[in-house]
Amino acid sequence: MTAERKMRINDVQVKFEEGETVLACARRAGVRIPTLCHFDGLSDIGACRLCLVEVEGSAQLAASCVTRAEPGMVIRCHTTRLAEYRKVILELLLAERNHVCSVCVANGNCELQDLATEHQIDHVRFDYQFPALGVDLSHGQFGVDHNRCILCTRCVRVCDEIEGAHTWDVAGRGGTSRVITDLAQPWGESQTCTSCGKCVELCPTGALFPRGTSVGGLVRDRGRIELAMAHRRHESCHG
Amino acid sequence: MSRLRFATAWLAGCSGCHMSFLDLDEWLADLGRLVEIVYCPIIDVKEYPDHVDVALVEGAVANEDNREMARRIRDRTRVVVAFGDCAVTGNVTAMRNPLGSARTVLERSYLELPTLAPAIPAAPGILPVLEDRVRPLQEVIAVDGFLPGCPPPAGMIREFLEGVIAGGPPVARRPRFG
Repeated sequence: MTAERKMRINDVQVKFEEGETVLACARRAGVRIPTLCHFDGLSDIGACRLCLVEVEGSAQLAASCVTRAEPGMVIRCHTTRLAEYRKVILELLLAERNHVCSVCVANGNCELQDLATEHQIDHVRFDYQFPALGVDLSHGQFGVDHNRCILCTRCVRVCDEIEGAHTWDVAGRGGTSRVITDLAQPWGESQTCTSCGKCVELCPTGALFPRGTSVGGLVRDRGRIELAMAHRRHESCHG
Repeated sequence: MSRLRFATAWLAGCSGCHMSFLDLDEWLADLGRLVEIVYCPIIDVKEYPDHVDVALVEGAVANEDNREMARRIRDRTRVVVAFGDCAVTGNVTAMRNPLGSARTVLERSYLELPTLAPAIPAAPGILPVLEDRVRPLQEVIAVDGFLPGCPPPAGMIREFLEGVIAGGPPVARRPRFG
């Protein structure tokens, strides 16, 4: 007999299916774990580290989006230690590039801004880096502002996994990493981009936006993406 | 019990935070009864006084005058509050930082772009010299509280001040950038 597929998350007992992640179980149990790089329907990469949880019996923290649920697991999602780590992660993201909320297209509609408020961040304890980063407005419909990019790679994954174009990728290492289109060519000159706009819809910040959007003017329509994802799932089930 | 000695100051910012402060409308009359306003850009006091209990400081540190004022405020104030995004993060004021030194920005603004009499303004003792890097307040002096926002909404300023006047910590309940 196989062990019963049950685990505990924040003292709530949760049943799970084979292969489910801890994050998926937590969400089903109504336990909120903050995320930035995760998006339902895309593969998970554990990049942003916001979804870190404590696993009883393990000295290491685990990124819940890439950790499989196992029978008997005991997970804690909201400890003082985790709250502090999440705060530090968000502060590092804010310090790393030029997130000037007041003049950003995504002001009022930004997952990073919302998470900062949720975590009571009233200032950043690290020195701002103020890197010199560009804005690419070569595409006829969309723009990319690297000042606002947090390298979550949702754009890379939706373009590859849902649209099937793989226009986006990441170039460089460490602090000099950038999202690129094709072989780091201007977006407008990309041979592979289908101008579907899925990357723009999924961007959590103001890094990708429809051209002509003014400050705080970004409106997203995630329903369109969910439809495309459902279509992909249908295709993969029924060939 | 004597009233708190309260100040507000304006460094490198657009004064929008003070506009938001003025949006407190009739509550400002109540504030005038609750605290003693000893220094503020909108009252006629020239010198930042000694023994200030609480100061809201708008704006980043962008030039030598801002730096000197920030130090004076720190020396003479018990609770210094970074007031608004420019003081807290650098915000729009710091958007010149990625472009390079003050010289780069001045050359672009006053030599390359103007068509009429291009010259970098220089008036020692009158015009404060720009620093190469704009800094949020906490990179220059120790800061005790933070009230972010561009500008912080009037209601948030009021809630913050009511907390401080009641003897609570200088903490914004739902801080929000932008």
